[in-house]
Amino acid sequence: MALRGRRNRTHTTDATPTTDATPAADREDDGHRGPAGRLGAYAGRLTAPAGRLGAPTEAVRRRLREGGTGPVPVLLALAVTWIVFQALNANFLSPRNLSVLSVDIVGTGMVAVGIVFVLLIGEIDLAVGSLAGLAGAVFASLNVNLGMPEWLAVLVAVLCGTAAGAVHGFSFARIGVPAFVVTLAGLLVWNGVTLYLLGPDSSISFSEDGLVATLTSRYFDSAVAVYGLAALCTAAYLLVSLHDRGRRAAAGMPCRPTAGIWARTALLALVSFSVVYVLGRFEGLPLALLIFLAVIVASDLLLRRTPYGRQVLALGGGVEAARRSGVDVVRVRISVFMVSGTLAAVGGLFIASRLTSASQISGSGVLLINAIAAAVIGGTSLFGGRGSTWSALLGVLIIQSIGSGMALLGVEPPAQFMITGGVLFTAVVVDSLTRRSAQSRGRV
Amino acid sequence: MAAQPLLALRGVSKRFAAVQALEDVELEIRAGEVVALMGDNAAGKSTLVKVISGVGPADRGVIEWQGSAVQIRRPQDAQVLGIATVYQDLAMCGNLDVVANLFLGREIHRLGILDEVEMERRTRELLKTLSIRIPDVRVPLATLSGGQRQVVAITRSFLGEPRLVLLDEPTASLGIEQTSQLLDLIEELRDQGLGVLLISHNMGDIKAVADRVAVLRLGRNNGFFDVTTTSQEQIISSITGASDNAVAHRTSRPEEAWP
Repeated sequence: MALRGRRNRTHTTDATPTTDATPAADREDDGHRGPAGRLGAYAGRLTAPAGRLGAPTEAVRRRLREGGTGPVPVLLALAVTWIVFQALNANFLSPRNLSVLSVDIVGTGMVAVGIVFVLLIGEIDLAVGSLAGLAGAVFASLNVNLGMPEWLAVLVAVLCGTAAGAVHGFSFARIGVPAFVVTLAGLLVWNGVTLYLLGPDSSISFSEDGLVATLTSRYFDSAVAVYGLAALCTAAYLLVSLHDRGRRAAAGMPCRPTAGIWARTALLALVSFSVVYVLGRFEGLPLALLIFLAVIVASDLLLRRTPYGRQVLALGGGVEAARRSGVDVVRVRISVFMVSGTLAAVGGLFIASRLTSASQISGSGVLLINAIAAAVIGGTSLFGGRGSTWSALLGVLIIQSIGSGMALLGVEPPAQFMITGGVLFTAVVVDSLTRRSAQSRGRV
Repeated sequence: MAAQPLLALRGVSKRFAAVQALEDVELEIRAGEVVALMGDNAAGKSTLVKVISGVGPADRGVIEWQGSAVQIRRPQDAQVLGIATVYQDLAMCGNLDVVANLFLGREIHRLGILDEVEMERRTRELLKTLSIRIPDVRVPLATLSGGQRQVVAITRSFLGEPRLVLLDEPTASLGIEQTSQLLDLIEELRDQGLGVLLISHNMGDIKAVADRVAVLRLGRNNGFFDVTTTSQEQIISSITGASDNAVAHRTSRPEEAWP
């Protein structure tokens, strides 16, 4: 009987001076050691060098190198924008201007939230601008021309966005047409449908005190209600954080220090109460802003805290990896385009509401560009897998602040475009550099 | 030897457009047995792994699990049966952290909300049981070294308490000593009564741990060999196709001929 190669190898392993394997005799007694010990030894060997580098400062430095700095750069950019414009025009940070700004961001912001979903799976949706215009046109023509009740017209308009998104998603995910081309075709088709619906006047005005108009004209000025809401949100955040910490502590895992949680809560309270206070000094808390924030919080929870959101992020990290882990790639892709189409339609209704009319301008290319720019400026990667719906809020705030500030200063639109373009370019350069620095170390 | 194989493939075929990737492939893996799957490039090894793991289901043929025919149409089906797969290219998401990668596709959730605490607790528990040191289980996988990522990939296969582990070229990117450790692990898996299907190009690895070798050539079975009684040359000629003639089918040389 020839010796099995296995025996030979086992002996050589044991003879290796550096090995930490148990002696052969020991091994035979301890037959139930299980794969765990072996993999552990194997892993220990691999991870040993990293363990030596594992000093805390190294971890921090590594995070900085990876570009994992979170929203800090964006917040700094927003602060700089506001300080510069306030220095140039004292009216910029006035309650009135901020109130107008807080309503103006909602339409584009909603569209940008949808774009974040699409960017997270590493794709692009060029049809959102047209879909926003389509939603306004569908609503106005159903409501004004056909006399359909407003709520039903709103529902149909939003569902049009969902359906169009489903068509894009299906063509992309099932048929395999590149998303860029599908949505480019969509851009043209839906723009055409919009123009057809709007008719020869290319604009339909609707009631100024109907449901849709109320979306952007309703303000809450009851101090009890708005401060109560701010307090409620802060308390909810605190309770969720403490509950989470309690569970982690109970499971014996490292957790955030309580002081950190209180500091974050205090910061949240400061921001929410000052927003309520400043907006309260003009007309009150706009309904539109509330809806926008609710959509952001809900979509952020969806992406970060549900299995579905995990699947969306996994697609951005690696389609094949996701597929092999059992993620239904086609279903997730279609659903993401449906979310994008739906939110584009919602955003379109807000924009129409602001003008109390549906027109072609509301769905023009500028909206598309601004929505994509907002998502990217806010910190969502164009390469997929990295970002959050909060970036839609931050990005759109920066873009609209620039627009609003320029308007106050009387700067012509050409200069506005150039400056917004410059900011977008900077954001994309930062995004690309982050990705390249990760790549150059073989870590993608 | 167990009466019933853990997994048996009967007449499995798969076609990619004009290419017949697998044709009437037979394969049996018993509990407590390491079966090596060998074959030249484009022999259909990875395709076969994808058939078993549900990533690329077969067009025809029967898959039997412990004697009864089963359908593996999706990766989840294989997971439910207890088939764990470690892929050649690791198949991990670099943007997700260690916990998310381990639980990808089988997240723990309560009322539709991910239970991050429970998932992290189980991750830490598992890593501790396996004595694996990962600096931080909440950093994106892309920030870990190649070796650490491979550890995570292998750890993932332990999560569902598998009955059968598929390893697609696990040693391809490892150094000599790490390979040796991995082979030890494979032996331990077998001693625990798990079935192991090991794909490798390395004859040394195969000789070391495998009980049987199944050779694929151009998508067809090209022989099953008992590692203890077959010469290396015989297996290699079966892989390359040199044995497709009458001479090669004659009785092999005596055992003592190979080292």
